[in-house]
Amino acid sequence: MAMACIEARGLRKAFGTTIALDGIDLRVEEGRILGLIGPNGAGKTTALNAILGLTTYQGELKVLGRDPWRERDQLMRDVCFIADVAVLPRWMRVSQALDYVAGVHPRFDRAKSEGFLAKTTIGLTRKIRDLSKGMVTQLHLALVMAIDAKLLVLDEPTLGLDILYRKQFYDALLNDYFDRSRTIVVTTHQVEEIQHVLTDLMFIHRGRIVFDCTMEELESRYLEVMVHPDQLAAARALKPIHERQVLGRSILLFDLKLNITFDLKPDPKLDPKLDHVDRQQLAALGDLRTPSIADLFVAVIGNQAGPIQGASR
Amino acid sequence: MNIQSNAASESPLESQAMAPAITSPTRPIYWSVRRELWENRSIYIAPLAVAALFLFGFMINLIHLPGRMRAAALNPEQQRALIEQPYEFAALLIMGTTFFVAIFYCLDALHGERRDRSILFWKSLPVSDLTAVLSKAIIPIVILPLLTFTITVALWFMMLLMSSAVLLGSGLSIATPSNHWSLFQMSVMLFYHLLAIHGFWYAPIYAWMLLVSGWARRAAFLWATVPPLAIGIVEKIAFGTSRFADMLGYRFSGGEEDMGSRATGISVLLMPHQTPGQYLLSPTLWIGLAVAATFLAAAVRLRRYRGPI
Repeated sequence: MAMACIEARGLRKAFGTTIALDGIDLRVEEGRILGLIGPNGAGKTTALNAILGLTTYQGELKVLGRDPWRERDQLMRDVCFIADVAVLPRWMRVSQALDYVAGVHPRFDRAKSEGFLAKTTIGLTRKIRDLSKGMVTQLHLALVMAIDAKLLVLDEPTLGLDILYRKQFYDALLNDYFDRSRTIVVTTHQVEEIQHVLTDLMFIHRGRIVFDCTMEELESRYLEVMVHPDQLAAARALKPIHERQVLGRSILLFDLKLNITFDLKPDPKLDPKLDHVDRQQLAALGDLRTPSIADLFVAVIGNQAGPIQGASR
Repeated sequence: MNIQSNAASESPLESQAMAPAITSPTRPIYWSVRRELWENRSIYIAPLAVAALFLFGFMINLIHLPGRMRAAALNPEQQRALIEQPYEFAALLIMGTTFFVAIFYCLDALHGERRDRSILFWKSLPVSDLTAVLSKAIIPIVILPLLTFTITVALWFMMLLMSSAVLLGSGLSIATPSNHWSLFQMSVMLFYHLLAIHGFWYAPIYAWMLLVSGWARRAAFLWATVPPLAIGIVEKIAFGTSRFADMLGYRFSGGEEDMGSRATGISVLLMPHQTPGQYLLSPTLWIGLAVAATFLAAAVRLRRYRGPI
């Protein structure tokens, strides 16, 4: 079994009376790419801040075997993060950013970083304030990818970027950076674009993890059926977890193992060994396809009681 | 900077050889101090600009110098004053400039990084909050006094060269070796004064400003100045005393018991308020340094908890 890169038990954090994290249990193994998806204000950034040692918390949390709050500076030798596209200091020159990171980071490979920058149009003498938002992200990525870190945390790394930069960003990450010994945790609202990137998926809602599965599990466990109109009643009888209308046709989302509820507790009424519906049964009702993360997100979060503060874009 | 970058990219062997040095705690401090100088170029630009301006004024003044020297020919005391005054004035001007630079630097140091959210970038690197705050405290306590010293002495030297040239050119020989000696003596005094007073004596003032800049969400200048003023006023009203104000005045004056009893202006620099022995033995110095350390420790702690504004 792979080593746990992040392990949290009963992670809690409250700001005054607002509970940001309500007892999160989390285990991320080495070599995974985890997508942490949630509505605005769900606690994603708070969870990441706790992992990065930027905020205090209650409960147990170990990142690479360390306590992030107590040992932030040592932990940062092995952990990198891009918090937001806008955090690189605007007054700095590109060459100064390279100098400084090379100066303070023992695992930074300057030549490698310059190699990444050479593929962009960013000149070393440019000031960061004169770069476009996309270029700043490219620069940040070039800095981060040249650090031989074990964990990379990305909080909305592509926010506000156009589709070309977003695509480049994840391509660079996958092709030039990721290998089985590194772990990446990413939060984003642009979920469609990271579907093929992720190995693991978690939904966080109101400070709780409401959904947690690997991408292989997602493919084997969830099915969307575009139901033939005459089969609708039969399909609804099979207890879809969500239903929506697209161009006059109903799309029903099924959880083949509904015997496990979303808070990951077994439903006692159902036999956990059996799928509650099978593929053949559904294929007879309409066209099958694997649901997108966005569809699943809407289904899962929509099923949670109460109003949703903000939905995924 | 370019030399550094070339050296770093030259060979991987070299960087491996540097590996033990990389883990030394001074390396992040060194780079963090350099980073501060990159960010706050006013630290050296402001005193350099003032020095250049002063030199310009001095050059104009030199035109009239030979005439005035002749007028005061029979009074060596007056001649001496004519020669020396600009030097002291130059030093005071540059010290005043760097003091203001230090104040504004400190008030922004821990505030600006939270305002522009760059604190998240700094915190993504293996640099502790202690290192970050210390590197910011080193600027006013060590770097600025040293910089003031260097700029002032360079300015003095240029003034000496120019005035000597003018006086020699007009047939008045004043640039005797004794003047060079006095320039050297003045430099030593200046060095002592800057480190002792501007560095360590003022340390609690800078530390207080740093603490406020790490704490305040906005208007750090007001938070740094209004509460001490208010305390002084409340004390005056409530008890009719002014101990707090006196204490602050004593601190700002550089440890002088009574500002009024001294001849103002002239030779403030050349006569230290206290001998080095008295200075080192004065409890006020050590109390001040302890207070500075406390403020800085609080600033380190605050930086740990505070995120971007």
